[in-house]
Amino acid sequence: MIAGSGRSETAARPFTSGSRRALLGKALRRRELSALVAAVAIFILFWIVAEPFRTWQAMGTVLYQSATIGLMAVSVSLLMIGGEFDLSSGVAVVTAAMVTSVLSVTLGLNLFVGMALALGVSILIGVFNGWLVTRTGIPSFLITLSALFMLFGINLGLTKLVTKAVSTPNVAVVPGVDLIQTFFAYRLQFGGAGGPQFSILILWWLVFVGIATYVLLRTRLGNWILASGGNPASARAVGVPTKRVKIGLFAFVGFSAWFYAMHQLAGYNTVQAGSGYGNEFLYIIAAVVGGCALTGGAGSAIGSAIGALIYGMTVQGIVYAGWDPNWFRFFLGLMLLLAVLLNLNVKRMTAKM
Amino acid sequence: MTTPALSPPIIEMIDIAKDYGHIRALEGVSIAVRSGEVTCVLGDNGAGKSSMIKIMSGLHQADSGVMKVNGVETRFDSPRDALRAGIATVYQDLAVVDLMETWRNFFLGSELRKSTPVLRPLDIEAMRTITAEELGKLGIHLDSVDQPLGTLSGGERQSVAIARAVYFGAKVLILDEPTAALGVKQSGIVLRYVAKARESGVAVVFITHNPHHAFLIGDHFAVLSLGRMSLNARRDEITIDQLINEMAGGSELAILAQQLARGTVPTSA
Repeated sequence: MIAGSGRSETAARPFTSGSRRALLGKALRRRELSALVAAVAIFILFWIVAEPFRTWQAMGTVLYQSATIGLMAVSVSLLMIGGEFDLSSGVAVVTAAMVTSVLSVTLGLNLFVGMALALGVSILIGVFNGWLVTRTGIPSFLITLSALFMLFGINLGLTKLVTKAVSTPNVAVVPGVDLIQTFFAYRLQFGGAGGPQFSILILWWLVFVGIATYVLLRTRLGNWILASGGNPASARAVGVPTKRVKIGLFAFVGFSAWFYAMHQLAGYNTVQAGSGYGNEFLYIIAAVVGGCALTGGAGSAIGSAIGALIYGMTVQGIVYAGWDPNWFRFFLGLMLLLAVLLNLNVKRMTAKM
Repeated sequence: MTTPALSPPIIEMIDIAKDYGHIRALEGVSIAVRSGEVTCVLGDNGAGKSSMIKIMSGLHQADSGVMKVNGVETRFDSPRDALRAGIATVYQDLAVVDLMETWRNFFLGSELRKSTPVLRPLDIEAMRTITAEELGKLGIHLDSVDQPLGTLSGGERQSVAIARAVYFGAKVLILDEPTAALGVKQSGIVLRYVAKARESGVAVVFITHNPHHAFLIGDHFAVLSLGRMSLNARRDEITIDQLINEMAGGSELAILAQQLARGTVPTSA
């Protein structure tokens, strides 16, 4: 890679390097900026075409929809910046919810003990994924694809075994559930029934984004995450423990899956064992649309939040506009394609130097 | 070679041999590396240059022979051991991350952190200032140390990698073909910086297959050929022509010269 970069800097360089440098700098900043511009454009579009979109109620719903993807997209984007990705992140949420409810409803354990054990399981799944990927060198695509189907099977199989049905045991009557409802699923209601409603999940999403941004930009760990994805061999050569960094990132995805699972349990008391499948792509799309490079080394938590916001606005905006919701998927694919093409541009420009 | 003016070697390799399976990569190689000197190791591809520096930098271990560091017999089990002894290697791939800011690259793996007990955030201001200062010393003046390292030229990136090693206390600096992929102007940037590193008392081991670059900067030359040392001389003992001749494999070059002179080789541009 460097040899190639060196070869190109011969006679032509003095004339082009300045402008090429400026271009790359611009392109790198453009990754989040263009997502933000897209988000603003989408907001304006739906503001114009969909009257219900202009209400505070709609804002509450849009933000909530965004948070349901955005919370997980934070850890997924950090993992991608670190050079890996996790296809099991969608079903891992359901696994965490299932473990909690089976332990505390079916086995009658204390709810908080059940939650703690589920947290342990979630983090272990992440660590196991990360350990396998870093240990074997097999692409995370294959390792986590295997994990996706294993967890998917366990979620359905175990739930059916325990409840003879496909939804996890109902936690509504378990002692202590009111506490986790307040913490994970509180809804701030304005102006009585029918008024705008803001879920506490939005707040937690923003907290996740804030912490991840701080870690990424202001701590040594953040430096190590960027380097582990940007050039793992180089990072190792200067003493960065890239394997531990990556395993830690997989574990953080596990933690986030648990956190989001607790929101689902707290908000809806039960979770469909067959759900979650497919959401991993939404998290990845949010991260990529927000500027994360699939190859690692670039991206931000804020970008993933913008990506999630685009998701939330579109999924709700299409409903408010009265369009056929099926177009939503087309739109999501198009956004992803545009983002990927943009990132490719950046990648090419760096490769040329 | 044992002029009294010479300082004792910081690294001394005596009769080193290395096999890969049944292929002998190095045999009977002896060399002394001194502080404040540039020791050039030359040779064709496959001559054993990399095997030699890999032993020096702890990546590989010699099968026989002795390596002394500051006069003490030493054996490095890993690059980390060598680093601890102050021996830093800058490989061709530089160990840099192109997408990351220059200052983040400079301090990667050795980040400065504030003493705040809980989060210990990065001391970004200090790192940016030091990076700008250290690069300024090499004559690299960036618009901003926030520029991704990939936006610097090849020579500048090479120099950043060298500056980093020196800043973090390298006493011996092994440079693996630092000018191989660079044009004339960019090579100049790197060679000037190698000279500066030497002046500050660092022992530089400069691996190259370019005798011109070597002669510009070298105090001591070792030429490897098929795993053996075919030349081991100080600067005042040889001329550039001898070096080029030795590099090109002596007699082989003579035959080639003869063939070319007779016009048996087509002279297509």
